[in-house]
Amino acid sequence: MSTTTDLKTPTPDQLEPLMGGTLPRVAPLLVGVCSVALGALAWLLGLSPVVGVVVAWLGYVLGYTVWSRSVEGSRKATDALMRTLMWTAFVLAMLPLVSLIWTVVARGLPVLTPQFLNDDMSGRALLGVGGGIYHAIMGTVMVTAIAAIIAVPIGLFTAIYLVEYGKNNRLAKVITFLVDVMTGIPSIVAGLFAVALFIVVTGDPLPRLGIGGAIALAVLMLPTVIRSVEEMLKLVPDDLREASYALGVPRWRTIVKVVLPTAVAGIVTGITLAIARVAGETAPLLLILGTARVANWNPFEGPVQTLPVYIFQSLGQTTHFKYGEIWTDRVWGAALFLIIIVMSLNLVARIIGKAFAPKTGR
Amino acid sequence: MAKSIDVSDLDIYYGDFLAVEGVNMHIKARSVTAFIGPSGCGKSTVLRSLNRMHEVIPGAHVQGKVTVDGQSLYDSAVDPVAVRRQIGMVFQRPNPFPTMSIYENVLAGNRLNSKKMKKTEADDIVERSLKGANLWNEVKDRLDKPGMGLSGGQQQRLCIARAIAVEPQVLLMDEPCSALDPISTSAIEDLIHELKSDYTIVIVTHNMQQAARVSDETGFFNLKAAGQPGHLVEFNATPKMFANPDNEATEAYISGRFG
Repeated sequence: MSTTTDLKTPTPDQLEPLMGGTLPRVAPLLVGVCSVALGALAWLLGLSPVVGVVVAWLGYVLGYTVWSRSVEGSRKATDALMRTLMWTAFVLAMLPLVSLIWTVVARGLPVLTPQFLNDDMSGRALLGVGGGIYHAIMGTVMVTAIAAIIAVPIGLFTAIYLVEYGKNNRLAKVITFLVDVMTGIPSIVAGLFAVALFIVVTGDPLPRLGIGGAIALAVLMLPTVIRSVEEMLKLVPDDLREASYALGVPRWRTIVKVVLPTAVAGIVTGITLAIARVAGETAPLLLILGTARVANWNPFEGPVQTLPVYIFQSLGQTTHFKYGEIWTDRVWGAALFLIIIVMSLNLVARIIGKAFAPKTGR
Repeated sequence: MAKSIDVSDLDIYYGDFLAVEGVNMHIKARSVTAFIGPSGCGKSTVLRSLNRMHEVIPGAHVQGKVTVDGQSLYDSAVDPVAVRRQIGMVFQRPNPFPTMSIYENVLAGNRLNSKKMKKTEADDIVERSLKGANLWNEVKDRLDKPGMGLSGGQQQRLCIARAIAVEPQVLLMDEPCSALDPISTSAIEDLIHELKSDYTIVIVTHNMQQAARVSDETGFFNLKAAGQPGHLVEFNATPKMFANPDNEATEAYISGRFG
């Protein structure tokens, strides 16, 4: 009858509605309370608390999705379901982390007294009098610093070669492959390598020296440093390199003055994170550093103590009939301090990244 | 100080792939030469081979001869770095150095080559170059601010200032206006007219009106067929090129019948 008018102006009921049903804003809270009640009920009925939590979670997922579907339609219901699942995954991922930090802080903080930080394990510490981690902190700092001094320049220059000079040539491909293989080296093997190396160098059948630990850590650090610096250098646009070449700037100067400054924030962050990563390494140091009771500043002679090794060795004493409790305290104190070191390195990396980032202000 | 460029029998390769074949032309000193043609026909490739920027890409190489005032560019004794100091380049996308201020960006060519100069001398170069690029009035009060903070058109003029700060003899421009609005484009075209008195300018453009407006001579590049190397179809004075070209393909392209 009125086909022509239909084409020109659709009547309101032909248009898709822009508004649909909406759940009240308190809906998630409401469903949440109900499902917690459900879980509590399950618990009261004699089921285990774990089952109670699962029941509450299932109640929330099903209840909210079904309600949303009936009121808001299937698209919003799927959205609600997926959002709940993602939050669940997030909470599951955070649980062990938060619980770990909570435990270490709760048990380690009372132990971290100035005396504990300034004392070593000499004298009567083994008999439960005093004792501390000064020597282990200094050992960690020294060994990690030497490892960084060895690994950072090598890694930096390797990455520069890979990105700036070795584009797609065979040597670069071989190096990249070897770096990938190195990433997978178990840390204990790096320790064995250091031991074997220093048996040859020193002639001592069981070498104990700081530089050996540093070399083992450097072997572990190297692939991380190369990879992160490589990624950062690749992020520098070729436009900038060409702009520099077009001004008649030689390649090496372009790298030093244009490419590296542009990428410096990411490079420094990557290196700091690589250092933080090896600072907590235990296995290789166990093999080559041995046990020391006092700080040893000479990396070329004698055993050196580091925090992770200290924790490992103290753990063996926690079952001692008389001093077990003191050793347990020492383990938690050292663990907390190690976490503090690694976390502050991470923080430093972030601050450096912010400070060096290219500025775009007007 | 401007120089003329002679190109003879130039073949340009990317690895084994022949991209441009048999280019012959004479680019006059103190004039503007425009390269036009459809995408992928090798205009930019030819431009980049004029200051040996071409070989920055791995595997790229050329055969044939390019001479600047009688000096062969591709002679084995020629240092590409020295060539690029004399033949500057402005790119399609503005690319100021993000770590440097406006002032440092202009001086980049001098500073990166570790030329020692006094503060007054440096100030002079910055002011002269920025005035030359029509940017001085807009940025003179914020020379220490990052170059990336400027608008796209200002960044492109900053790049031109950076290129002329090292006083090259030839200035190559690879679609310098393609990312810019009409006002910035007109500013840069005015600039090209002014620069012409001191520099030899070669410009690649997709905008035929622009080629007609700014250039004295025009080269038209085309592909024989898809997958075939590009070649120079016609090289003539711009008025003749746009009014009465020798070649039919040129006329078809310019009048918009293809491409």
